Amino acid sequence: MGGYILKRLLSAIPVLLGITIIVFLIMAMIPGDPATAILGSYATPENVARLNRFLGLDEPLWRQYFTWLGNMLQGDFGRSFRLNRPVLDEILDRFSATLILAGTAFVLCAVLGIIAGTISAARQYGFADKAITSVVIIGISVPSFFLGMMMILLFAVKLRWFPVSGMYSIWGGGDLPDLLRHLTMPALALSVVATGVVARLSRGAMLEVLRQDFIRTARAKGVHERRVIWGHALRAAMVSIIPVLGIQAGFVLSGAVYIEMVFQWPGVGRMLVDAILTRDILLVQGGVVFIAACYVGFNIVVDVAQSLLDPRIRT
Amino acid sequence: MAFASLTRRGLGVLTAALLASSALVAPAQAQTPPGVLVVGQIAEPQALDPHAVTAVNDFRILMNIYDGLVRYAPGTLEVEPALAESWEISEDGLVYDFTLREGVTFHDGSAFDAEAVVWNFERMLNEDHPYYDTGPFPLSFFFSAVEDVEATDTHTVRFTLNEPFAPFLSNLAYPTGLIVSPEAVMEHGSDFGRNPSGTGPFQFEEWRSNERVVVTRNDDYWDGVAASEAVIFRPITDANTRVAEMLSGGIDVMVEVPPVALSQFDGDDFSLIEQAGPHVWFLILNMREGPFTDQRVRQAANYAINKDALVGDVLEGTADVSSGPIAPAFDWAYAGLDPYPYDPDRARELLAEADAEGAEITFYVTEGGSGMLDPIPMGTAIQADLAAVGFDVTIETYEWNTFLGRVNPGLEGEADMAQMAWMTNDPDTLPFLTLRSAAFPEDGGFNSGYYSNPEVDELLEQARVATDQDERARLYKEMQEIVKEDAPWVYVANWVQNAVHSDRVENFTLEPSFFLLLKDVAKN
Repeated sequence: MGGYILKRLLSAIPVLLGITIIVFLIMAMIPGDPATAILGSYATPENVARLNRFLGLDEPLWRQYFTWLGNMLQGDFGRSFRLNRPVLDEILDRFSATLILAGTAFVLCAVLGIIAGTISAARQYGFADKAITSVVIIGISVPSFFLGMMMILLFAVKLRWFPVSGMYSIWGGGDLPDLLRHLTMPALALSVVATGVVARLSRGAMLEVLRQDFIRTARAKGVHERRVIWGHALRAAMVSIIPVLGIQAGFVLSGAVYIEMVFQWPGVGRMLVDAILTRDILLVQGGVVFIAACYVGFNIVVDVAQSLLDPRIRT
Repeated sequence: MAFASLTRRGLGVLTAALLASSALVAPAQAQTPPGVLVVGQIAEPQALDPHAVTAVNDFRILMNIYDGLVRYAPGTLEVEPALAESWEISEDGLVYDFTLREGVTFHDGSAFDAEAVVWNFERMLNEDHPYYDTGPFPLSFFFSAVEDVEATDTHTVRFTLNEPFAPFLSNLAYPTGLIVSPEAVMEHGSDFGRNPSGTGPFQFEEWRSNERVVVTRNDDYWDGVAASEAVIFRPITDANTRVAEMLSGGIDVMVEVPPVALSQFDGDDFSLIEQAGPHVWFLILNMREGPFTDQRVRQAANYAINKDALVGDVLEGTADVSSGPIAPAFDWAYAGLDPYPYDPDRARELLAEADAEGAEITFYVTEGGSGMLDPIPMGTAIQADLAAVGFDVTIETYEWNTFLGRVNPGLEGEADMAQMAWMTNDPDTLPFLTLRSAAFPEDGGFNSGYYSNPEVDELLEQARVATDQDERARLYKEMQEIVKEDAPWVYVANWVQNAVHSDRVENFTLEPSFFLLLKDVAKN
């Protein structure tokens, strides 16, 4: 097991290195440079040159890349010139907010999706199956940002049950109930599509398992139907559900970008969008590398979890 | 039955969840108390160091934390004393002597004096200054005419310029001229932008990234104490969310209300405030190649575009029709010429005269950007107006920074026409940087359409160095008449800035400078 994990970890290194090169080159090649973005209307060649010299952007590209990479390996992601603070501080601040949002949405989509999919499969073609399938189709079809906006209009502006946006109240608050109040709408909006996908695929996986011999054997032995489904069948189906969850985790994380925009959630998605628009190169590069590292890490965890459930994978 | 038992249990869970969430829901929002004003900003500030930032969004906070030597008198763009009680300008316009206010201290307790003023300008302008590396200071060229700053006494400062430069006082009133506490910069270094200290009516309290910037009342303010105990600035980048926050009471004031949302604030619960500002929205025409080398074709474009419909329908009245390169907000320099009327027949005549019917035009449009209003709907409306008189217009759309990278180096080989907008704190900068022959992009200016008229060059040079305001006004008015006739641009709109506040807020005004001054604003 330890060897398998080590192998997966080592294989992540070239991936991450490749990502640093790609994101660096993209930021170097896209039109518009930070000095122009900062100076706006006042970006004369003279002013741009002066600012580039100050920001160290007049160095040759390869040297900029190796300086950046070298510093990053020592834990120094540089300084955001738009926000005027260390990139890593900003990323960690923002990433924890994203994790709270995406993590909640992920738990919601995993729990609700698997339950709905399992019920659906257990009652194939029954009323529950049809009802769940229809709701799932609607859920998958509505874009999450649109759903978010509609939720704001109904639950925040009209009914005033929840605050419109933000993560904590700007006056007072700051405790857990305050956080939950702010979290409810964005987490729900973010989880809807993923819940639908998980439900559909769990249903498929369960149906396949339910046709297998060991289920028939279990039933023949007189095991209670509830145990057959939630114990035997679901455990077997989890092997094919877990990779889907891994993909959905990535989906929820990237979907958080829109939701963070709509709900002003102070997360990493919104940070990246702002940083790209203002050509805050170091923040974009640092942010992308950080997120990529998280993806890679998450995939390793998923692979390991899968190999624990099904030792045949570990070859 | 498995399903039935599950449903029973599910019901239990559901009930518990509902109960829990209704407990959460109960006090929908902790209402902000009276005296604490919440302002919805359009973005997170970059930094609270006035010398390091360039965005109006940041200026809105800075003007409440800092003072400059001078400031714009309320409701105008004319300077009046602030940290400097008085000043004298030498005959030749090269030496400015300021007498500073005594007994003023920075929020960190250090004293405001002549040495502090010298230190501020040295930090920005002198590359050898020990704190120059706390920059960059992108707008420091506002003071590039400053040859020397010296403290002639504890409370007098002398600025020596290398050439007469009429906008100097006005630049001092701009955020780039605000005075920061040298002690605080020395203490915090590069982090000063997050630990600001000035002399203004509010002092910095807290900055939580992407949530809020809080400032509290400075009880020792030299110009009377602020009406509010504290102001909270909230960055809300999405315009729809900002509107929703305003409607639900999450913020008390919002600026830059999108035109389409104005109707939502019609009721008695809200007040809408409007104020024209120093802003010009125009189309640059390429005079080096293509159809717009002909003056008649340029005038035809000016006649063909229905500016009233643009500001009325596309911008929902959040702008006025423009008639030239100087905004009406500079009332002393504004010539008040009649804009080109909407006259498609006249446009067709001119096109026929110039033998330019069906002229193919490439039109650069941006997706957004500082002061660009609603560039895409405006671009398509303009395209339709031009097509109606016989132009063949192709739009190319670019993201703002890409757009600047294509337009600023000049339109030659790129396009025949491009959108642009400028906001300046004096009437000098815009024509000086965009309409002189010496300001072609290859010479480091912004004359991206290559307009060149020696008469205009001469007038602009004179106006910039003249120190007598009447003389300056005369020169600028003459310039505007020539430029209107030459039509190097299509003059389209002057932005009318707007804001909405709730009925709990009193004494709220907007300034022509587009700054947000909150000292006298109260909330009940």
